[in-house]
Amino acid sequence: MKVASSLAVLGAFLFVVACGPQANHNQAVYVLIDTSGTYVKELDKAQGVVNYLLGTINPGDALAVGRVKSRSFSEKEIVAKVTLGKDPLAVNAQKRAFSEQIAAFAKAERQSTGSRYTDITGGIIQAAEYLNETQAGRKTIVIFSDMQEELDYKTVRDIPIQLDGIRVVALNVTKLGTDNVDPRRYLDRLEWWEKRARTAGASDWKVVNDMEHLDRIFRKKG
Amino acid sequence: MSLLQSLLIWPDRVLPSLLMLLLIAVPFLYAARGPMHALIRSASRAVSNPLRLGARWLADAATRLRNRNRQVLFAHGSQEIRQTIEREFERVTTLVQRDLEGYPVLQRKLMDEITRIEEDYKKTGEVPLPPPEWVKAIESLAKIKASGDGVVERILVEIRDALGDIYQKVVSEYRGAYQERHKILKGFLPFWRSVNQTLAQVDRNITGLQVSAAKIDANVLKLENIAARGNDAAHALATSASTQFFVAGMVMLIAFGGAYVNFKLISLPMSAMVGGGDYITDTLQASEVAALVIILFETLMGLFLMETLRFTSLFPFGSITEKMRRRLMWASLVILLVLAGVEVALAVMRDTIISADVALKQQLGSVAGTVHAEAGWVTRIPTFGQMILGFTLPFALAFVAIPLETFINSGRTVLGAGLELALQALAFVLRFVSSVARETGRFVIMLYDVLIFAPLAIERWVGSYREGAIRRNKLRPVPPLKRASGTEEAI
Repeated sequence: MKVASSLAVLGAFLFVVACGPQANHNQAVYVLIDTSGTYVKELDKAQGVVNYLLGTINPGDALAVGRVKSRSFSEKEIVAKVTLGKDPLAVNAQKRAFSEQIAAFAKAERQSTGSRYTDITGGIIQAAEYLNETQAGRKTIVIFSDMQEELDYKTVRDIPIQLDGIRVVALNVTKLGTDNVDPRRYLDRLEWWEKRARTAGASDWKVVNDMEHLDRIFRKKG
Repeated sequence: MSLLQSLLIWPDRVLPSLLMLLLIAVPFLYAARGPMHALIRSASRAVSNPLRLGARWLADAATRLRNRNRQVLFAHGSQEIRQTIEREFERVTTLVQRDLEGYPVLQRKLMDEITRIEEDYKKTGEVPLPPPEWVKAIESLAKIKASGDGVVERILVEIRDALGDIYQKVVSEYRGAYQERHKILKGFLPFWRSVNQTLAQVDRNITGLQVSAAKIDANVLKLENIAARGNDAAHALATSASTQFFVAGMVMLIAFGGAYVNFKLISLPMSAMVGGGDYITDTLQASEVAALVIILFETLMGLFLMETLRFTSLFPFGSITEKMRRRLMWASLVILLVLAGVEVALAVMRDTIISADVALKQQLGSVAGTVHAEAGWVTRIPTFGQMILGFTLPFALAFVAIPLETFINSGRTVLGAGLELALQALAFVLRFVSSVARETGRFVIMLYDVLIFAPLAIERWVGSYREGAIRRNKLRPVPPLKRASGTEEAI
């Protein structure tokens, strides 16, 4: 009787727990890769980062890679995207296919001259749109760029953006030649982006220049 | 400005101010001495009496609990010993049914063998010697002297030759008869051995019965001690329960470790069955819950198996029929086997998932510099190890039922004793605090009197002066009062 009552209590606990409010524990990551003329040579690193992210994401998570071009606010700029299934073996196949897609993209971009302008804001808006659609519990935008935005005169990006609940990580923010002359330009640029992200409602803002520190950012939960 | 400073007459001179305040307060304190003493006594009683009451109630509760614990202890002890006696009787019954039931057959066999041995023994009797008359005739012929008569000598030679032949024949017959007897005696050996073995078996059975009888006697003696409700029996039972509790706890801990290893083995591959990435709580994945459920099912089947095998008595299975019990046992065993098979499959799946994951990471370049190991039989050892573990752990978990029963049964005694001790300790603490409260009240009354020592000293002085005056008045002669009736009365 004592064992039966214990099992009944356990069953009731599991029932209550299972019927409770469900929180989404999946994560969605959108990687923005700068393909402008000055930054296109960093594509190998970007490919490594994407592969690293593929190794860390779990079944049910979503990953997308978009490029930053002269005008980036478009679905056409999403290079590859995947929402992983539940079966671990099938997930491996999805990851392998995604990696091959990224390799093909990197190869093609290396042969191109790169875009003339850099529309980071458009890419961020596109990324936020994608991430919100996934309804993931944790949403991250990884910006692989020098964070130097350059727009043509027709493109309007001086608009408020919405990044509620999204974490923004700026990766491999390289120093430009002018930054070396006056480091305040680099620091001001990062500060400006941080302020913009936080004003837009971003849950966090981080800058990572050493790729070995990536695991601190994307450490698995629990 | 604090309250104390606002009360000071000279704020910069604290001590004189306090002394002055005391001087002002002393007359009032003296005037309120009686009510203040009563108030302090009442306050101390208000604290100490409920505490004393609580302590008494706790002590009574501890006594009641001790009595109840003793009852439970005796009940458990007597139940255990009864079960042991029952099992011993079952063993004796089995022994009697198995061995002593065939005792008439055994006896007949023994008698047959003994009869045959006797008959054969008779056959081995010696062949009687030739009759003495015949020997005497030979002796007479042998006494005839050789007279040189050729006929007589020839007759004697012929007789000697004939005798020699007869002697040889007799000796050979005699030897043949002995050989025959030896053969018969040799034929005895298997019968002797058989008789010896049969008797040894009988001896073993009788010894087994004697041992069982001795155990039953010892247990009956224990039962009598328990029935007598003696302190020695209670102490022995409590000690036994504590030992069982800790030993069972240790075994349960080891089993818990085994269950954890089992859980780790199957939680990853379960994600392939129920889907990975689904969470039931913030930290608990659906695959982990599924793995936990499988382990709990294995444990449950183990409990049923042990119960139906009558190793434990956790469930009320006494009312079900023997046939149903046997069916339940087979059902539990089959389900356990199926679950063990599932675990073997999951172990293989786990290995496949991990291998695929490592291969993917190598391809993605995450594991830089990793050398791909050659796929020989050595690399398959962990897989085989996981498979073996997956198959054996469910059966190992099944045996948890035995320590679990002991843990539950002895836990009642140990927890009861612990609760009794806690109640007694709490009662002591309450009594102690009550005493402290009462003594504090007395101390405060004395302190109060110390503060107003000056008026009290005056009061004593006045009192003693009055007593002296009264004494002096008593010593002075009192003039008699005259009344109308004329009687005299001293005031």
